Amino acid sequence: MTATTTGNPAAQAGATKPVIDAGEIELADVSKSYGAEGFAKEVVRDCSFLIERGKLTVMIGPSGCGKSTLIRLLAGFEKPDSGTIKIDGKTVSGPGRDRLVLFQETALFPWMTTFENIMYGPTARGEGGEQSRAQAAFLLDKVGLTAFRDKYPTQLSGGMQRRAELARAMINNPRVMILDEPFRGLDAMSKELMWEYYASLYEESRRTNFFVTTDIDEAIFLADRILIMTNAPARVRAVIEIDVPRPRRLVDIVNNERANEVKMQALSLLHEEAMKSFAGGSKAAADFVEAYSKRMTRAKPQ
Amino acid sequence: MSNAMVKFRKAVLSRSTRRALTSLLVFVLLWELGSRSKAWFGVAMPWVGNIPAPSAVLAAWSKLVGDLGYWQSWYMSTLRVLAGFIAAMLIGIPLGLMMAVSRTFNDITFPTFEVLRPIPPLAWVPASILFWPTQELSITFVTFLGAFFTVVINVVGGAKSIDIRYFQSAQAMGASQWDIFRRIVLPGTLPSIVVGASVGMGITWNVVVAAEMISGGGGGQSGGSGGGLGYFIWNSYVGGSYEQIVVGMISIGIAGYLCSEGLRRAGILFTPWLRSR
Repeated sequence: MTATTTGNPAAQAGATKPVIDAGEIELADVSKSYGAEGFAKEVVRDCSFLIERGKLTVMIGPSGCGKSTLIRLLAGFEKPDSGTIKIDGKTVSGPGRDRLVLFQETALFPWMTTFENIMYGPTARGEGGEQSRAQAAFLLDKVGLTAFRDKYPTQLSGGMQRRAELARAMINNPRVMILDEPFRGLDAMSKELMWEYYASLYEESRRTNFFVTTDIDEAIFLADRILIMTNAPARVRAVIEIDVPRPRRLVDIVNNERANEVKMQALSLLHEEAMKSFAGGSKAAADFVEAYSKRMTRAKPQ
Repeated sequence: MSNAMVKFRKAVLSRSTRRALTSLLVFVLLWELGSRSKAWFGVAMPWVGNIPAPSAVLAAWSKLVGDLGYWQSWYMSTLRVLAGFIAAMLIGIPLGLMMAVSRTFNDITFPTFEVLRPIPPLAWVPASILFWPTQELSITFVTFLGAFFTVVINVVGGAKSIDIRYFQSAQAMGASQWDIFRRIVLPGTLPSIVVGASVGMGITWNVVVAAEMISGGGGGQSGGSGGGLGYFIWNSYVGGSYEQIVVGMISIGIAGYLCSEGLRRAGILFTPWLRSR
């Protein structure tokens, strides 16, 4: 594999590129349930894992396993019933700019242009000066939206909206970026384009990223580490290290032996979990089981 | 044929324009026919015969165009509508925003608001005449009520339906409460404010005309010239000049249309992100 960097000239980057301060999040015995006493449904139980500093951690698990709940807990929108969530040793007590979240659907402010959206954080904190504007312009270029800087979100395609949102989060220089199935609902072409954009943004910054998905190909292409979750209540079932070298390109990963090996391993673990929720009556799990069996029969002859 | 010419022709002769013109023409024609004969194609239409013909209305109108009193009526009604409408916006928008933002404030004000809201503005006319020192103020107050409740309800609904993720994102990026109010709540509510304003404006015109008729036109010193278009219609009815009744009616229609159109344009100006898709 030939590693070619696609970075901008150092001179341009030097003035605007922020110093990356990667953080680390540790969950210890976190539990969370919803509903009234006696009818409470436990969504997360004694869940512990580490989001390692400067790594791209991908969490994957069957639909409805409690991944979104974990995200709300990590972001600080909700509090765990028991257990602790610490970022760099400090307990998380609410939302903060050190942990920014990209939601499943776009949360760009519809009344602001792309540029205004990206500038929201700096302006809100009274840092809307020339330096931030230059950095916003730099990020716009990074996500390929310079021509769309004065367009409103409704004038952007689904993929462009996601890229604008990545830029809006990154300008705040969070210690950890949290992404909740960000590319769900995009068509196959835009999705693969987004993977490459996102992977190269990560490879350049080496910021701590936590990425939640249900798509195994997405997970393997992007991840340094994959956390495979159990069926609800959510816990970590297995951790797989993906030691495929970076920068990664889609063409490389498709033919990478190690990547295919990991995929089979991950799929069989996911299959077990899906079977459990299938037995519990989950329709999404039934779809997964069917797709999985087709995939395995196709993969075997190799 | 030049390009501009083609464009002009297309605009004038577009299907919608042709339909609009045809509809208006047929309407006026039927009206004219109806008022000239007691029967349409053998069917008796006695009530249409009592209405002045469009040609007669037009003749009366052409005489009124030079009359200062007629324009004074326009002026007075428009003034009352604008005064009532602007007061409704100035009081209604902050009130609605406060009700949406503060739970405590909402708990205190909402019950009173909900009891007062179903009372039709016209039911306020007698009380308002008793309460306010001048006739003028009582008419404006009733006009204000017409728009006020609609504006408040729309603002509250609009502010409450803003996506919670916008607040979460803004908060996470380090925005203060004031910044969230100014840059999320306010623009997020703007489309509903525009809707509330245009609906409110329509009600305002309904109310002002009725209020002018009931209260006798306010401080009209020179024989009803200060009475507004509502009083103009009523006065024409009492005086037996039936053409002028219709002139007054059409005048209100035109005035209302101009106000709605103005508001629509202003609305587009204030919410540029809604038209660009």
